[in-house]
Amino acid sequence: MLDSIKFKLEVVVPEVEIPKEKWTGRVREVKIGGKGRKEVVVGGATAMPFLDFEGEIPNPPRVAVEVRDDPSGFPPGLLSSWGDDVVNDVGSWAKKAAELGAEIITLRLTSAHPEGQNTGVEEAKSAVDKVLSAVDLPLMVIGPEIADKDNEILVPIADLAEGQRIVLGNCVENNYKTIAAACIAANHIAIAKTPLDINLAKQLNVQVSDIGVPLESILMDADMGALGYGIEYAISIDERLKLAALMGDSVTAVPIINHPGPETWRQKEAKVSEGVPESWGGYDERALYWEELSATSIIHSGADVVTLCHPKAVEYIKSMIAKLMGQ
Amino acid sequence: MALTGIQIYKLLPKTNCKECGYPTCMAFAMKLAAGQEDLSKCPYASDEAKEKLSAAAKPPMRAVTIVTNDHQLTTGAELVMYRHQKKFFNPAPLMVRVKDTASADDLNETVEEVGNYSVDRVGMTFTLDGFAVQNDSGDASTFASCVESVKSKTDMPLTLIATDPNSMSAALEKVGDSRPLIYAATKDNIDQMGQLAKKYSCPMVVKSSDGLDELAELSEKASGAGVEDIILDPGDRDLHNSLVSFTQVRRLALRKFEPFGYPIISFPGEGASSVEEEVNLAAQHIAKYANVIVMDSFSPAIAYNLLTLRLNVYTDPQAPIQLQSGIYQVGSPDEKSPLCITTNYALSYFAISGEVEATGRPSWILVVDTEGLSVLTAWSAGKFDADGIAAHIKQFDAADKVNHNSLILPGGVAILKGETEENLPDWKILVGPREAPGIGGYFRQNAQIWEG
Repeated sequence: MLDSIKFKLEVVVPEVEIPKEKWTGRVREVKIGGKGRKEVVVGGATAMPFLDFEGEIPNPPRVAVEVRDDPSGFPPGLLSSWGDDVVNDVGSWAKKAAELGAEIITLRLTSAHPEGQNTGVEEAKSAVDKVLSAVDLPLMVIGPEIADKDNEILVPIADLAEGQRIVLGNCVENNYKTIAAACIAANHIAIAKTPLDINLAKQLNVQVSDIGVPLESILMDADMGALGYGIEYAISIDERLKLAALMGDSVTAVPIINHPGPETWRQKEAKVSEGVPESWGGYDERALYWEELSATSIIHSGADVVTLCHPKAVEYIKSMIAKLMGQ
Repeated sequence: MALTGIQIYKLLPKTNCKECGYPTCMAFAMKLAAGQEDLSKCPYASDEAKEKLSAAAKPPMRAVTIVTNDHQLTTGAELVMYRHQKKFFNPAPLMVRVKDTASADDLNETVEEVGNYSVDRVGMTFTLDGFAVQNDSGDASTFASCVESVKSKTDMPLTLIATDPNSMSAALEKVGDSRPLIYAATKDNIDQMGQLAKKYSCPMVVKSSDGLDELAELSEKASGAGVEDIILDPGDRDLHNSLVSFTQVRRLALRKFEPFGYPIISFPGEGASSVEEEVNLAAQHIAKYANVIVMDSFSPAIAYNLLTLRLNVYTDPQAPIQLQSGIYQVGSPDEKSPLCITTNYALSYFAISGEVEATGRPSWILVVDTEGLSVLTAWSAGKFDADGIAAHIKQFDAADKVNHNSLILPGGVAILKGETEENLPDWKILVGPREAPGIGGYFRQNAQIWEG
């Protein structure tokens, strides 16, 4: 090795021995979809993200794309990237997302929000139906994140797609039993969501599994803020959860889901095109990078599923993931 | 690895002579372990003890400084793999590359645009950190005059990129008392580059073209030749391999593998097939272990994104980002707009400003200095109370901003309502929602207050 290099000085060069972490844990694999739908597997890692020299990364982080049955909460700059005809119909929206490379469709039932259109069970079922018949991708359905309303509309949806292993959310600290029970009954996957606190995340996983949801059917969402809005907390919590899983903590060894897309598009940098400092740069470019960097950061910290919003973010992040996987 | 008190105690004379000023050797050992004392206070310390303690005390990664007339840019000296373990210390400088083949006009424009770029965030101003000037022409005098030209326009720190030591030498002649970063010593030119680094007291990059073994050889050779300030270029460029090799180098540095006890430099543009990929690579490198990052692409949007990410990643987990106290605007509020109040914990502020933004109703947010504590934590620590709220209302002339004299308290501290009313008799104290996501509904339900 050293022969080809002539040294002026006598130096003893230590051989570089690459230290490898000897983790004992493995993140559980969770299968989403099936029974006529495409199936994707998430999780399964025995090393920190993409460090395949010291463990296995059997599945890449998966890209979910968010569609909404009431798109009015998204800024015009995002909606125009899909086209008006697309975003006014969740089926068309999901279909377009599938064409652009979505691996999972995240349907957020925004129309059910009590302070918005306050739609009910029928509208929710109809939105789910539209997405299910438009694409054969696995589905994730998230309610308006108002406890009573979530319980009201998510239970009938669970029945609607029985056995198709859809992801239902969110189970939260004071409201997890109803959604968890619906997941058990119809063989679905529950999202356990906690507010940026590693101990609460562990505790909720225990609670949700204690009432009968197998740990193989739980994704945990430890919450995140976008770039510039507290993403450092999410980076560290995901890293700590992943490290704990690899060190053998069974309760944290479930895949992590984060939503960098929707978190980005509610912030000023991605919403406001005029009347902001010139140093923020052009709106389209700035907003897209804001989503990409939020996603890139959280993917490097341990996210196993990320929900994105902008068509170009889907393209760039999927390309990045493929390269990180050495493909 | 730092030694424990017990390990240090075993190296001490164990005579309890008290000459160090402590009652026992054990007490002294504990102080040494905590880094609060120096072994020189023990007159009887053995050579073995001195050697082991100084080896243990040596930081795993050297701090390297790039100097110009008025700037000192320090990078490196990191201690952990993950920011939650302690923190990341020295934000990786972001430099922008210019080439000596560019026309004078293009060069001027880039230097001006990058040099003048600055952006404000959470009450602080952020800028880019310097330029990397590359000898693309292959000609020594062209390079030297390009470096001289850049130097005449900016005092920002520089990296000089050349493979030919003659070009490097010619450029170093033109930088006066500055000490730019020399890029790079390779196996073909390390002797001459090393001599230049010593002659001009400059930090120097060693660049491997064949993996980490060669990187270690070059690093050892440079330090053996007397170059103290070294920066490492492991040579990997793409997303997967740069993550792996930067991780391995940082890990080895922290395990005191001395050839790697230096900062890392990265060139995201060289591993990218598009500008978007370059930005993603730069984001990876900010979080995963680059200590100097040289960008090929620049735009205000890219700079704002990367500087924000760097601010976030390098935030001390024990000392969260704080805002300056004051009255902040969401949108363009007027005298009828709502006035909310919160603490100067940045995450509390962002949660509230984000929700207020989403309501579409322009508003005022009064930020109270609570030393960076969140609402409930600050309240229970006595740093967010009625006196403080009243003082901030007066200090920032809130009464001149709104005509409805209504102030919205966070719902979590509804208990402060009565006392705040006593302190501010002219004000109507409202109790807002407990959690930020409730703001939308709260504004709608109480719209008459601000529309009357």
